[in-house]
Order: sequence, then C-alpha cells, then structure tokens
Amino acid sequence: MEFMNKDVVSIKDFSRPELEKIFEIAEKMEMNGYDRSLLEGKKVGLLFYEPSTRTRLSFDTAAQSLGARTIWFAGVEGTSVMKGETLKDTIETVANYADAIVMRHPFDGSARWAAEITTRRVSRGESKVPIISGGDGKNEHPTQTMLDLYSMMRTQGKIDGLEILMVGDLKYGRTVHSLSYALSMFDCRISFVAPDMLQVPEHVTSFLRSKGVSFTKSAKIEDAIGRADIVYMTRIQKERFPDENEYNKVKGLYRIDRKMLQMAKPTMKLMHPLPRVDEIAIDADDDIRSYYFKQAGNGVPVRAALLSLVMGAVA
Amino acid sequence: MTEYSQQNAPKKGLIVSPIENGTVIDHLTPGKAIKIADMLGLMQGAVVIIGQNLKSTKYGKKDIIKVENRFLTEDECSKIALIAPHATVNIIRDSALYEKRNVEIPDTVEDVALCSNANCITNKEKVPTRLFAQNKSPLVLVCHYCGFEIKGDDLKLKG
Repeated sequence: MEFMNKDVVSIKDFSRPELEKIFEIAEKMEMNGYDRSLLEGKKVGLLFYEPSTRTRLSFDTAAQSLGARTIWFAGVEGTSVMKGETLKDTIETVANYADAIVMRHPFDGSARWAAEITTRRVSRGESKVPIISGGDGKNEHPTQTMLDLYSMMRTQGKIDGLEILMVGDLKYGRTVHSLSYALSMFDCRISFVAPDMLQVPEHVTSFLRSKGVSFTKSAKIEDAIGRADIVYMTRIQKERFPDENEYNKVKGLYRIDRKMLQMAKPTMKLMHPLPRVDEIAIDADDDIRSYYFKQAGNGVPVRAALLSLVMGAVA
Repeated sequence: MTEYSQQNAPKKGLIVSPIENGTVIDHLTPGKAIKIADMLGLMQGAVVIIGQNLKSTKYGKKDIIKVENRFLTEDECSKIALIAPHATVNIIRDSALYEKRNVEIPDTVEDVALCSNANCITNKEKVPTRLFAQNKSPLVLVCHYCGFEIKGDDLKLKG
C-alpha cells in the first residue's frame, strides 16, 4: 500500500484496505490529537475555483493542525485565471510553491488532468506534487465519500452489514454516485428513494449489480426509514435542472422532520453532505439521530489523515 | 499478390473503376463514406471515387472509397474503425492488391475523438482526449478524465 504522492482524484482509485488505513489514522488523530510536527515546514495549496465552506475550511484546518502552512485562493477573482490562464499553467506554477495541492474546479475531469500535469514534472527532474480533488464539476468529490464512510464507521462501529437509505437527488448528486461505488467494497444493503426523474442512474445500478450489491428503489422514505442504519439525505440541486418547471415539480418533495425521525431506529444516524435547503427541518437538528454537522466536522481528521499519508509524513 | 486489376475490373456500366496506386476502403457502413472521406481530408486534391449503397454479399449494402496515391496511417485506420467497424483497407500498388487490413477499434482512443460531455476539461481547455473502449460492439467509450460514457452513435471525431 503506497500512499506517498498518491493523487486523490476518484474514490474508485482506492481499495478497501487503503480506505481502512485512512480511517485508522483519522480515528487516532481524532482521539489523541494532532501532531503539529508531522507537516512542519510544508505548504498546502488550496485552489478553490468554486464556492466551498466545509471542504476548504476543513482542509485548511487539517493542514494547519499538522503544522503545515496553507497558500490559497477562493474564487478566481484576483488571480490570473481572470486573464485566461489555463488550469495547466496555474498548476505548473503552484506546484513550485506547494508540497500538495487541494483543488475544487468547475470542469469535470479537471482533477485527473491536474494530477497528470504534476506527474509529468518528474520527467524533468522536479518533484511530484500530489493532487487532492475537492470536487471537479459534477464528476467526483472523493474526500466527501471518505468522510461519509468514516462517519458511518464511527457511529455504527462498522460499515459491513449496514442498511443505508439514500434520499433526494440521486440522478445528479455526485456524492450519491461516489458513495454507492465505495459501498460496493463493503457488505451493505442500499435503498434509493427518489421520484422516477431523479432516480439513481443506470451506470451506477449496473455497477452495483456487477459487484453483487443488494439494493432497492422506491419513491417513499416511509418504505425504508424504519430499517435504515444510515439515512443519507441530499439536496435537490436547482442548478442541475435544464428546465425550471421540472425542478418545481420535485422541490420540497422529501423532508425529514423531528416527527418523521420517530419512525427510525434509535441508533439510526441522519447524514447529509450539506448545504441543505429544506430537506431536513431545523426541528430535527437537536435529535440524537441527527449527525450532519458532526459529519462535516469529521472532514478534519479524515483530510488530515489523507494529507499526512500523501505527503509522506506517516506510512 | 492478387491481380487487383483483374479481380476488381469494373463490370460494364459500373462507375467505380480501379486505381493503380492508392487505397480502397471497402465495406463501409452505408451512408458513412462522405463523412469518412471528409474526416481523412481525402477530398483535398487527390483523385477520389466514392460509391454509396453498393450491394454487399456480406452486409447487404456498403459504401466504398477509392483514393489514388494516398495511404493511411494507423491513426487514420482507428478513426475509420470508430465510424465503420467492418471496414477493410486495401492497399493497391501497381494495380495489384498489396495488402489487406481489417480496421480495429483500439482499447484506448488517443486524441482522436471528442468526449460528449460538454463540461469535460477536454472540451474546455487544450487537453488531449483519451477514451477507453469499454465495449466494442456496440461501441461504448469512457472518458479517462471525466468518466463520461459515450455511445458509438453519439461519437464525434476531432476535426
């Protein structure tokens, strides 16, 4: 298992033992505290071409907790991107300043391209700088999936054997697709709840079938909430709809509130990648089953573990 | 070596005539000949004969292209395979069939075809495309960068 300089572009690039290694280190860091000497003298570049709250701040917190300094931009205003600089040229430049680069970019596949750019540096005698995707367009957001899995493991003590209910925008939601791929490495059952027009796409279900994952599809939360160990809510993303009328038909269709939570097991945990709109009522926030803010907090140990691994600070 | 001129001599009334030196691209999917000739830039000065919807014992109908003094590269043969997977490429020298090749869809299509995902980095910046053949018949390609699946019918080649 080699993590040094490994790019974090797609959850599919990680095996189950690799994920378990990340979770083991994250848990140790969470329980025992962060060792500031681990990344002392190192710099982490945070290139956020698109808005972000949790991903950027948790990477920043993780890097600084381990003693690294961060150099960053949030939004392209004030950068040479405004002058038409390509992604390649920005990455080539920042790779001279930073020991690892975290990037969120609007174009699908941009993370894979950035990883190739820093790999090519090696052929000219320069260092490989690992690329960690913080989301590339509507393609993938691998570290979100890692912290989702970590949250399942921390709350339920295991991932194998869990019954996982995913609700909302299962068609366009990249977190749902990546999480489904990742869960195929574990022995889970998945229930997908969405209206027909937002159901999980064929390429995901055919992948799950090929891996022998047991799953069901339904349009009602009530069909599955009672047996779920994890309910994973997602926002219906207005910006993904080509037609606003189509969006209006489904917005507000699913809403979990305190009353609905009474139908769930006491040990169930309600998760959400956030931000939410109205799919989880505020009155649910104080229920013992609501876990989404702690889930966002888990971004710090998971991303700290990942940074320390790909930057060679732990093996 | 087969006597191409004898084997392929045009029968009375047939417009498609033999060539001395060049390439015959045979068994093209009907309706694709002009697209392929255009894609390969064959109609820029060379003598080109295009036959469309000709009888084919194997496939019912076929298109054919004959081009004089022009020979195809491996890349060009791969491009043809993406549009007309049953095509054969016959190299003609001194009026004889010098070599006959079947075109083949490569496992990796390097910088030949476009990703159909408009938001893919390869359609936004100058990034060479790389598509993996997930399935060759029917053709399904997957973008190396964004993971988008492209069906053969939707495939667009680079200009």
